[in-house]
Amino acid sequence: MKELDIATLQKRFQEKIDNDIKIEPRDWMPDDYRKTLIRQISQHAHSEVVGMLPEGNWITRAPNLRRKAVLLAKVQDEAGHGLYLYSAAETLGADREETIDDLHSGVAKYSSIFNYPTVSWADMGAIGWLVDGAAIMNQVPLCRCSYGPYARAMVRVCKEESFHQRQGFEIMTTLANGSPEQKAMAQDALNRFWWPSLMMFGPNDAESKHTEQSMRWKIKRHTNDELRQMFVDATVPQAELIGLTVPDKDLKWNEETGHYDFGEINWDEFWEVVKGNGPCNKDRIDTRRKAKENGAWVREAANAYAEKRNKRKAS
Amino acid sequence: MNALFEYLVRLGDDSLIIGHRLSEWCGHGPILEEDIAMTNLSLDFIGQATSFLKYAGEVEGKGRTEDDLAYLRFDRDYRNLLLVEQPNGDFGMTIVRQFLFDAYRKLLFERLIHSKDETIAAIAAKSLKETKYHLKHSSEWVIRLGDGTEESHQRVQDSLDTLWRYTSELFYADEVDEKLVKDGVIPSMEGLESAWKASVNEVLAEATLKVPDNNWKHEGGRKGMHSEHLGYILAELQYMQRAYPGLEW
Repeated sequence: MKELDIATLQKRFQEKIDNDIKIEPRDWMPDDYRKTLIRQISQHAHSEVVGMLPEGNWITRAPNLRRKAVLLAKVQDEAGHGLYLYSAAETLGADREETIDDLHSGVAKYSSIFNYPTVSWADMGAIGWLVDGAAIMNQVPLCRCSYGPYARAMVRVCKEESFHQRQGFEIMTTLANGSPEQKAMAQDALNRFWWPSLMMFGPNDAESKHTEQSMRWKIKRHTNDELRQMFVDATVPQAELIGLTVPDKDLKWNEETGHYDFGEINWDEFWEVVKGNGPCNKDRIDTRRKAKENGAWVREAANAYAEKRNKRKAS
Repeated sequence: MNALFEYLVRLGDDSLIIGHRLSEWCGHGPILEEDIAMTNLSLDFIGQATSFLKYAGEVEGKGRTEDDLAYLRFDRDYRNLLLVEQPNGDFGMTIVRQFLFDAYRKLLFERLIHSKDETIAAIAAKSLKETKYHLKHSSEWVIRLGDGTEESHQRVQDSLDTLWRYTSELFYADEVDEKLVKDGVIPSMEGLESAWKASVNEVLAEATLKVPDNNWKHEGGRKGMHSEHLGYILAELQYMQRAYPGLEW
């Protein structure tokens, strides 16, 4: 078969993208497309795995058996999402262990929201409601992402995330309708998680260096600011419904645009947390690194045993 | 004393406390797959605890729910085995604890499915299905770690030596068991210990591990006399219910 020149391959690739035909692992793709996806998918995987920690922090203190079981199941789902996503990254030639080492060395990023502490039970509600809610806004369009394995992984992930969002909102509703201390606990959690949740959509469009190319490749379908607006529009009425106050004095319904206007995000805080200076960045990474180090002897033993067994079978 | 209530609380507390211990692993497992597996086990145990304690509350007839029993008793009223409250230690310690317990639980539930008490039989049937998977999982890891590297062998042998002293309590029986057997509520547990020894020894042999010869018996859990570890488990487990009494969550 004649070798196709790069220009032809490029053209065919972009035609597929333009016609909404999925790119599959064995298809030719530009190096930058591959790199962008590996970066995005592995960061997404890391976010799921690091994201287990803030909620894991309350599993042993969950207030009743049902809440404990639901929280366990939720955190387990996140581990499962991490697994599918690492596998999706592997279809692009990434090595799972290497990408994890990048996380531990600080080269790879993960969602900054998980660098905020969970200091009360209400944070389990706020995380489900706001953080999973924001994640859904980001991820539903990814179900139509141009890369097949990522798009398909997202279909399942989104189903589970929407369940998480509902259970988080249900915790918040219970607290908001509860005793004065419970309501105060819920309001406090909303105060702390509202702005970091808005930051989950990333920098403003003008500052986002990856958005334009990612949209051309249909990895991304909406800009950061569009998604953030969708989130605010969907979430503010939910807060009102349960009688909680969104901590933004500039928040106002705009008849003309049909959207909520909202205040300015503290971008200094955003960039500091991205740089590693958030309240829990160090703890989260240390915890993950320690899990890997403490498990080294287990993984070595499993490999040694598998090898011995293969040898015994062969002889 | 209500023997049936007492018996159900013993079964429920075993599930509750080992489920709690396993949940401490969430986010800290040696590989992601095992993180998921241990969370799964924990979920099964929390489910079993819920079923047994709910039924215990009904049998007692004083209006206590499964949550009242799980969260609002004092340490001396918990009836779990000392084995299940032992700290997680390293992954090998957790696996050995799980293996010793699973091997017992499988044999126990195989008998309890024949209970004349329909609720016990039903909970046992559901739990038995789960326990078979648990035992398969823990046995495979005992073998892998025992027959893996020198380091892993030494670590699990040490864990086995540490935990062995709590295994005689698995077969503890007193007037509670006697009464229920006599009344025909539960079948006789004769032969349970020898069957457990046989099944455990088989796996340990394959894992190249030595059965400890320390036969010192630590008992007390069934009567509410626990190790120092239970108090800390309860401090976390009960924190919300004690800090904010009587609220719905």
